[in-house]
Amino acid sequence: MTKSELIARLAELNPHLYQRDVERIVTTIFDEIAAALARGDRVELRGFGAFSVKKRDARQGRNPRTGAAVDVSEKAVPFFKTGKQLRERLNTSQ
Amino acid sequence: MTERTVTRAQLSEAVYQEVGLSRNESADLLELVLNEITDALARGEAVKISSFGSFSIRSKGQRIGRNPKTGEEVPILPRRVLVFRASQLLKNRINAGLAKAAVRGKKQT
Repeated sequence: MTKSELIARLAELNPHLYQRDVERIVTTIFDEIAAALARGDRVELRGFGAFSVKKRDARQGRNPRTGAAVDVSEKAVPFFKTGKQLRERLNTSQ
Repeated sequence: MTERTVTRAQLSEAVYQEVGLSRNESADLLELVLNEITDALARGEAVKISSFGSFSIRSKGQRIGRNPKTGEEVPILPRRVLVFRASQLLKNRINAGLAKAAVRGKKQT
């Protein structure tokens, strides 16, 4: 399912809403999650999962082709932990 | 940087502010979005949200695990796990945020 398929599905379930409002709803939700992560905040959606940001320290990496050492600076990576209910859903409905 | 936790309340408030539906309906729609994603994943479908990231399902085979407390061998049954991959855009946005926070930290000292 892509974002546009999700929007189409929501529009079908909510015929009283304009398609562009449905689009804004979906965009707002993901944009808000992204903004929270960019602030370094956690986003916890009980039953679904939690998004957080993990820090990776600066390290010395290697160019795999040449073997030359390169400095990799500190960075942050987003992380998603699946919620309990969702994890159970994935393993019950087959 | 103090880490705060954003929950459904803040997300549905944002939908309320942005779209102008009632607070109740905003909360219902947020729930519906999460449910539709959950249903797709439960069907084994991947969910791709452009400029955000993708959720996909990976099937894991059975393996032997160990109870770390007792050392006892226990079979870990085959199961399906969810993997989230952030888009490059989201990764860049988070690292831009990190750089900004670092600059703020320096100014304070």
